Amino acid sequence: MYPKDNLYSKEHEWVRVEDDTCVIGITEFAQKELGEVVFVELPDPELTFDAHDEIGTIESVKAVAEIYTPVSGEVVEINDAVIDDPAVLNDDPHGEGWLVKMRFHSSKDFDGLMSHEEYVEYVSKGDD
Amino acid sequence: MAETHDTPPVPEVPGLEHTPEIGWRNPKLLFETSRPGRLGVQLPPIGTVDDTPLATLLPEELLRPAIDGMPELSEVDVVRHFTRLSRRNYTPELGLYPLGSCTMKYNPRINEEAARYPGFANSHPLQPASTVQGNLALCWALEEALREITGLSRVSLHPAAGAQGEFAGIQMVQAAFAKRGEKRRYVLIPDSAHGTNPASAHFAGFEVQELLSNEHGTLDLEDLERAMTEDVAALMLTVPNTLGVFENHILEIARIVHGKGGYLYCDGANLNAFVGKVRPGDMGVDVLHLNLHKTFTTPHGGGGPGAGPVAVAAELAPFLPVPTVEKGEDGFYLDFDRPDSIGRLRSFHGQFGMLVRALAYILAMGGRGLARVAETAVLNANYLRKGLEGHYHLPHDSPAMHEVVFNDKSQAEFGVTTMDIAKRMMDYGFHPPTVYFPISISGALMIEPTETVAKEDLDSFIEAMRAIAREAETAPDLVKGAPYTTPVRRCDEVAAARKPILRWTPEAG
Amino acid sequence: MTETQTPDPKKAVASEGGHRYLPIGEVDQREMLEAIGAASIEDLFASLPEAIRLQQPVNVAGPLSDQELRSYLHGLEERNQVAGRNLSSFLGAGAYRHDSPAVIDSLITRSEFLTVYTPYQPEVSQGTLQAIFEFQTFMSLLTGLPVANASLYEGASALAEAALMAYRVQRKRHKVIVAGSIHPHYRATLDTYAKNLEDLEVVEVGWDATGRVDLEALEALLDDDTAAVAVQSPNHFGVVEGWSRVSEVAHKAGALSIGVVAEALSMALLQSPGDGGCDIAVGEAQSFGLPVSFGGPYLGFMAARDEYKRSLPGRLAGQTVDALGKRAFVLTLATREQHIRREKATSNICTNQALCALAATIYLSLHGKVGLRRLAEINLRRATTTRRRLAEAGFPVRFDAPCFNEFAVRSPRPVPEVLAHLEARGILGGVPLGGDYPDLEDTFLVAVTECNQPAELDRLVAELATLGGK
Repeated sequence: MYPKDNLYSKEHEWVRVEDDTCVIGITEFAQKELGEVVFVELPDPELTFDAHDEIGTIESVKAVAEIYTPVSGEVVEINDAVIDDPAVLNDDPHGEGWLVKMRFHSSKDFDGLMSHEEYVEYVSKGDD
Repeated sequence: MAETHDTPPVPEVPGLEHTPEIGWRNPKLLFETSRPGRLGVQLPPIGTVDDTPLATLLPEELLRPAIDGMPELSEVDVVRHFTRLSRRNYTPELGLYPLGSCTMKYNPRINEEAARYPGFANSHPLQPASTVQGNLALCWALEEALREITGLSRVSLHPAAGAQGEFAGIQMVQAAFAKRGEKRRYVLIPDSAHGTNPASAHFAGFEVQELLSNEHGTLDLEDLERAMTEDVAALMLTVPNTLGVFENHILEIARIVHGKGGYLYCDGANLNAFVGKVRPGDMGVDVLHLNLHKTFTTPHGGGGPGAGPVAVAAELAPFLPVPTVEKGEDGFYLDFDRPDSIGRLRSFHGQFGMLVRALAYILAMGGRGLARVAETAVLNANYLRKGLEGHYHLPHDSPAMHEVVFNDKSQAEFGVTTMDIAKRMMDYGFHPPTVYFPISISGALMIEPTETVAKEDLDSFIEAMRAIAREAETAPDLVKGAPYTTPVRRCDEVAAARKPILRWTPEAG
Repeated sequence: MTETQTPDPKKAVASEGGHRYLPIGEVDQREMLEAIGAASIEDLFASLPEAIRLQQPVNVAGPLSDQELRSYLHGLEERNQVAGRNLSSFLGAGAYRHDSPAVIDSLITRSEFLTVYTPYQPEVSQGTLQAIFEFQTFMSLLTGLPVANASLYEGASALAEAALMAYRVQRKRHKVIVAGSIHPHYRATLDTYAKNLEDLEVVEVGWDATGRVDLEALEALLDDDTAAVAVQSPNHFGVVEGWSRVSEVAHKAGALSIGVVAEALSMALLQSPGDGGCDIAVGEAQSFGLPVSFGGPYLGFMAARDEYKRSLPGRLAGQTVDALGKRAFVLTLATREQHIRREKATSNICTNQALCALAATIYLSLHGKVGLRRLAEINLRRATTTRRRLAEAGFPVRFDAPCFNEFAVRSPRPVPEVLAHLEARGILGGVPLGGDYPDLEDTFLVAVTECNQPAELDRLVAELATLGGK
């Protein structure tokens, strides 16, 4: 279920690295916890952030989750599809439901993230 | 999402006389009933006033044309409309409405009558004090009564609701430190607290540190000792807490907080559990807000108006909001000359109409009566707890006071959730209890019957809940599709939030 | 008038047997204790520390019967002198006397509206929810802005909420400019709310000779750190400001325009805040059927442009469908609120003023398109005529600008003297401005509504004429 090539954060976000950019989204676990998403707020393109900054929010009927960037960098593209139809985020969180594409400043920022195996274990232990 | 069921028959429950009332079907909006030419009031024609053209009284650019979309209705249309709407509400005067922490007790009608006496209703807030001595005397009498009940030194009747009273209380703490030239960063709040607590603390400029409840649902004294530093301004506590459990180490808690120079703030939402039996002032509480729409019976009105007086120990009195009501040689007056006050939280003086109601209630009960309120509230909650034990899971085994918290753990294996149970209760003719609060308990069902409930209603409720627990096991789909007998079926809250429609528009019709 | 006997707590009499508000009697209690397995009621209070348990009942009077309550409370209310009974009143300044149709009380005291809770369970609360939706629609129509919430406590805290909202929405801007001609209580309340937010600055801008916002001074204060500008119209001097002149200037600087309305009836006739370029409109709707009631409970409102709907504080009712596709209403966008967001909430607000909003909704539906406008016109005409007559009587207009139903007059004699003279003759002539505005010590506000009968107005003019020396 969790794509093998991605990296994962403790906040249940996934990161897919593509050359000098990375794509960020939330995982299946996160979307299930949130319930049906009603609204997604994403940052404006070209804004820059430091690692661990809050860059947006995801709202469901009963909860709000912050979206954090694991990397320092600038926003290159945001996924309008989830803004127009938040259900996409629930249906395909690892694919069509991606959130933000960033151009990162340093690959050192990825050091704190989990590999696919580590995340699968993290989720199954229910460490949250 | 749309699931259809043939409507199951109304459940048979021994001793249950109530049948769910089916409210008026498919009512239109006012705006959809509107017809040109209808009018619901009698007004003199303009000509009887004068007939200068409007444009000479006000420049054209400051005027607006007649408002498209405003309805035209007769008095009869309006009465019919709202009467039909009323039939689509369940009311606590039909039966149990056991919302935890809300204290849905009986709203005495003498209170409604008194608030409407012309001397009260027609008094303008800016009248000279000499012309409103009756109002000021009433405020004074209410403050005296609340001082007695809380065991604290002064009470401000200014805040418009509990959340404002909280905000005032925490602001006063902030002001007290500022006066001494001290600035503390933190406020400690248990994870079981009502959401207004951290929100108020945040708005008063504090950072919130959460304290986790222990397995009994109370505060761990060691945790508190560790967390309580000289950078903590206050501990905000609800007593009993939102699990209905009384912090029996309250005196020790107060000692720990005071020992580091902090203040003990008490959220008075659960006063119904101990009114007339113990006093917050005697527990070491320094500041307390009250919800007049809870223990003091002012009506909930569908979500307000409330009133949130705040009571303080003597040392915090200088910081009370303005104005306060004082007694002088020439009578009562409003005191605006309070240099250390945190200021105003609202226009004018307070929710006066609600103050009249609260005082009437206190006097209707008397001192011994108020103690009986708490005794009966606690008795009723424990009786419910006994009746439901074994049928629903109790997350904490500590003694409960005026409310008890169960959850859906026992029903989870059948795929039935707290939400499903709540919806099915409506078919049995009850309003659900509070659900999913406190958030420290997963799937919480918080039940507060209050003292104004008859034993037979409690028995019916227990029977209904037991029946639902059985249904969860034997017919979970039935529970999951509930409610069936209410004016509308389960509502799509996701669609409402994704594409919000927040008003009627003329084009939509 | 009878002497008021405050019930003496020492003479409290324990009632024998049951209390009318306590359905659990002795027999029930015994059976229930047995079922619980407790020996006595006191067993249930075991977790209360011994040291603090009260040995005596709290010292309050009672229990009183309905008749005793009536006697006591009538005794209090009869100590007041009020309009409609023994006084003529021209007091306004944020609380306005208007006739209230009889059906309002009879409808709002129905159990199904009076006693119910916030409609968190929509299936059994459609009455309340639809009424809120209708209220939101009315406030949207009146303010000329597409989204209105289910109400706030009252006008002053509504302004504070609007300023906080602008500050949130504008993110990197930290200053809010408020007109000094906004109601003093509203500005004081904003100060209390803003004071503990370290990076929010509230600045005041003064007025010009016409009593409207000094545009030059405003432009000097506006910069790219300004989140919003707030102006009241009609303002606290009764002057109709007009929204556009301030909105235009605010928008040019990238600031939001907040329109404040203390006399909601004015929106029936005057250009709406929305049409005047306001982004947020807030204020007081007490005029719509709520008694002046010594200052509360009142009815705050807030409306805004569509793009700000997710930043609105307070409750919102939204339209949806149920499982069978029927139209239904629910509370929505609740994730902004304190019970979910906690310290990140848009506000700490919890209750709205639901029953007051219901009263206003009934009031507005009775008056409707034609009645509300006509009522507003009656107010405007009576006030304008009275203003002219007072000027002729020696109490000239203070600000040469249009008014609605309230206006400021300049007094040729010390204001306290004039008002005392009137009070001695059973007339509450107006609200002095000197206390809040030292430069306006010679000025007081006079409000004239449909409640002031021609004979009353004649008396006011005549009495002032004797003082005005004309």
